[in-house]
Amino acid sequence: MSVLGRPLARLEGREKVTGSARYAFESSPPGVLYAWIVQSTIANGTIREIDSGEALGMPGVRFVMTWQNALALNDAGDAELLVLQSRQISYRGQVVALVLAETLEQAREAAAQVSVTYDSEPADVSLSTTHPRLYAPAYTNAMFATDSVVGDVEAALGAAPVTIDATYSTPAAFNNPMEPHATVAEWHGDDLDLLDATQGTNWARETISAVFGLPPESVRIRSQHVGGGFGSKGPTRPNAVLAAMAARLVGRPVKIAYTRQMMFGLSGYRSPTISHIRLAAEADGRLTAVSHEAFGQVSPIQEFVEQTAVPTRHMYAAPNRLTTHRVVALNLPTPSYMRGPGETPGLYALESGMDELAAALGIDPVELRILNEPAIDPESGEAFSSRNLVGCLRRGAERFGWSARDPRPAVRRDGRWLVGTGVAASIYPADVVPSTARITAYPNGRFELAVNATDIGTGARTVVMQIAADSLGVEASCIDVRIGDTALPAAAPAGASWGTASWGWAIMKAGAALLEALQTTPRIPDSGLSVLSDTAEEVAAMTKMARFAFGAQFVEARVDLESGEVTVPRMLGVFAAGRILNPRTARAQFVGGMTMGLSMALHEDAVVDANAADYANRDFASYHIAAHADVPDIDVEWLDEEDGNITPTGGKGVGEIGMVGTAAAVANAVWHATGIRVRDLPIHPDKLIEQLPSPY
Amino acid sequence: MKPFGYERPVDLAAAVTLLAERPDARVLAGGTNLVDLMRLGVERPGLLIDVNRLGMDGIEPMAGGGIRIGAGVRNSDLAGDIGVRTAFPLLAEAVLAGASGQLRNMASVGGNLLQRTRCLYFADTSKPCNKREPGSGCSALAGSSRELAVLGASESCIATFPGDMAVALSALGARVEFQTERGEHVVDIDDFYRDPGDHPELDTTLPPGAIITAVHVPGLPVSARSTYRKARDRRSFAFGLVTVAAALEVDDGIVQGVRLALGGVAHRPWRARRAEAELVGRPVAVAAIERAIDAELSEARPTPENAFKVPLVRRLVTGTLLRLAAEDGR
Ligand SMILES: Cc1cc2nc3c(=O)[nH]c(=O)nc-3n(C[C@H](O)[C@H](O)[C@H](O)COP(=O)(O)OP(=O)(O)OC[C@H]3O[C@@H](n4cnc5c(N)ncnc54)[C@H](O)[C@@H]3O)c2cc1C
Repeated sequence: MSVLGRPLARLEGREKVTGSARYAFESSPPGVLYAWIVQSTIANGTIREIDSGEALGMPGVRFVMTWQNALALNDAGDAELLVLQSRQISYRGQVVALVLAETLEQAREAAAQVSVTYDSEPADVSLSTTHPRLYAPAYTNAMFATDSVVGDVEAALGAAPVTIDATYSTPAAFNNPMEPHATVAEWHGDDLDLLDATQGTNWARETISAVFGLPPESVRIRSQHVGGGFGSKGPTRPNAVLAAMAARLVGRPVKIAYTRQMMFGLSGYRSPTISHIRLAAEADGRLTAVSHEAFGQVSPIQEFVEQTAVPTRHMYAAPNRLTTHRVVALNLPTPSYMRGPGETPGLYALESGMDELAAALGIDPVELRILNEPAIDPESGEAFSSRNLVGCLRRGAERFGWSARDPRPAVRRDGRWLVGTGVAASIYPADVVPSTARITAYPNGRFELAVNATDIGTGARTVVMQIAADSLGVEASCIDVRIGDTALPAAAPAGASWGTASWGWAIMKAGAALLEALQTTPRIPDSGLSVLSDTAEEVAAMTKMARFAFGAQFVEARVDLESGEVTVPRMLGVFAAGRILNPRTARAQFVGGMTMGLSMALHEDAVVDANAADYANRDFASYHIAAHADVPDIDVEWLDEEDGNITPTGGKGVGEIGMVGTAAAVANAVWHATGIRVRDLPIHPDKLIEQLPSPY
Repeated sequence: MKPFGYERPVDLAAAVTLLAERPDARVLAGGTNLVDLMRLGVERPGLLIDVNRLGMDGIEPMAGGGIRIGAGVRNSDLAGDIGVRTAFPLLAEAVLAGASGQLRNMASVGGNLLQRTRCLYFADTSKPCNKREPGSGCSALAGSSRELAVLGASESCIATFPGDMAVALSALGARVEFQTERGEHVVDIDDFYRDPGDHPELDTTLPPGAIITAVHVPGLPVSARSTYRKARDRRSFAFGLVTVAAALEVDDGIVQGVRLALGGVAHRPWRARRAEAELVGRPVAVAAIERAIDAELSEARPTPENAFKVPLVRRLVTGTLLRLAAEDGR
């Protein structure tokens, strides 16, 4: 059997569980200073005065950086990174000062003594579909069209025998990887060296060199081990800029890490979303109209538009379709990427709407989806490279025992619980971006793979090794892997579920070229024989097609009539994501994604405090993420999917597809259990308790 | 955080003397609450007095079937004690319903009693909070109040006592034993906790300079058939939205004795004495229980965000008592 497809354990697993793997913050160059951030306590206005006198007099304190003494920075297209450049405050928690001291505790204590006064103005923090300042952005995140209109949705809605008109909302969602954002910065003359918790050091280098006006060659960024990101470590964050700036000003290395509380505000998060869904169908279940109007927020300084309605464009065949995005700038932290941007909140809305439609039509929700399966991508008119949603739904229904399901809601009682099941469909793009990779053969039979991939805990290091071994026809144990360093051949960031496909293609190309070169090289020199590949041309030459992974999620929910507490005893996800390169790490991604979707459905709730103009709950005691006890038996299966129209790796990416449909499946199961349709996540006991029948 | 001193006295007398000398000192037990609050800048002690080696970690029988639980007993050890599990099931269940295994291994009985509120504003030094900074105002009244009090709150504070163990102790009518320079004192748990009134900065009536030494749990026949029920936003590692500690003695379908305390609804563990009085002598039936709990809740003053706690209390209490009645003892 090829080494591809084998369930190899993570290369660095032992180091991680024994604590010897070093994350960015764990490095302490000689002379390092610790930095602590002072955050604004108003949400809108200007800094009147900053008094750092007391802080500077405290033991160990070396410097207090404010807008008055910070370096002037260049705009690299992300105003979040223009830290300490002006008096202006646009949201609570913005950086107003950075304290540098010999120890972490000295810096923390001194930060509490920096006194900042403000001229405060009223703050606006309330998202609504009628907000007077809503506007249509030029495009959404990832450059999708803001609006897309096909046919006449209004007419179709007017004419259809069955329609659904419902509004669904999701709260702001905070990524919260285990490892906080952290950077260690050190200058060597005019060269900058960063250890950074980032999903992609090439992207980070582009940003950092632009912000500081440095040639990219003089910036080196490394990220050997990264403790999760979920999108929040995609773009460079203020921590990296602050550390580099401070290190420059004090002439010593500087290290910084966010506290958990700081991560709620300085690391990005998913905008809250409101989705107005309207569906029209013939009595036989065929959709005649799909309308998805999405609303979200951006911050006053930076626009990031969650592409909530974009997945709806590719999901179902309907002659009349409308998808729009409107946003409003609020005095809250800047939204950014979070696992499945667009798909995650968008599919919660669409797939809840489809469940409501199935009930209104009296058609099984699995069958309703199959009935509306498009032959080609409804949005682009292009062929799908492969689309096995129907296969996922059918296989899932069989494995879950769906056929025995009584469609009526609120009729299954087991003791003090009501029991129900739900289904939802998933879609996520299978994209690829250019990468480079180098493989070197050595006379001793070993090979070195050098590719600037990033392993954010997914097992990427292991999978790139497998791809290299496969391309060379050798055992995985013959490969030494080097990743996570801008000194290596440039490669895609770990994100958008495109990492493995992008790195893998470059590795396969390098492997093939190296095998050829070896044929004509009688003796490998001691310094090794290297081949460098670049897939820019191949990626540009790909035919235009609709490339997506698909999946179906099935969930059982139990609702406690006494308390409104929801538990999920079992979940099943069946996925069609191309070739699965490592079943062990892929399964972890599917299960992890479904867990995060469960957490979104039942637990995670960022509470906006309108008075304080702030997210009120900013720690793990109050921002609840699913605990082990909440996570049921999660069953995952994938279809054998051969897709010759994607990259030669044959894989579609598995990082996000597991998450995106889960919340809808949970909400649909809760409806089936109780007859209560919760259209505003999370499904907390208070949203059910008063509508539940008496348990006695 | 602010630099602080650390002392580990060798005996209780030395600890009490040191505490009396140093008003800026705080007692350190497991540290699971205190150290968090120090990191947040909510607590800024100049000295920590470690009481972990004072030998307060035993569970001993008392006359009449009661027990004396040392203040230093770890939550895990309390919950695992076979005597406690048999005679006071609700107490073991309450402890196990709290926090996580790791925290319970560190957390002490004394520290658990004195854990501070989880009101979001108490922990956020950038916002007003009368409990943290008397006179600064209450941010919760017009802010996020979903978790906060519906009973016994005041204009100055709607914080809740967040703990579980003390709710069970309240139902059991436990007494708190503590030591000051003037000697040993024992106070009913009902008089130990207090309503916020105009002084929400005081969680309890414990005088300054006091070190809790033990908790006395009286032996009661009613406690053998008892349980603890906690409704929460996730299955573990979450504070209760509403919790119920209940003990019931039934004869021939008629309530002979009942103990009922509520958590998550007030500034203190809320002993539901009115409901208890309504229930005794009545049949264990839905209508009677609901009438009793409605009497208890007649003075509930929920905010729009936490109004759900009222029906939640009703359902939880009713269900819990019916279940206890259906049990054939244990
Ligand atoms: C994430 C998290 C979740 C939690 N979830 C729950 C939950 O669901 N339910 C629950 O009930 N609790 C929960 N807790 C709280 C936990 O129970 C308390 O932190 C713990 O019981 C405190 O005990 P300790 O010994 O660590 O106290 P410490 O932190 O050492 O002390 C707490 C306070 O008590 C004082 N103190 C301690 N011992 C004495 C003494 N002998 N005499 C006088 N004063 C003393 C200290 O000075 C301090 O003010 C949670 C805590 C955390 C961090």
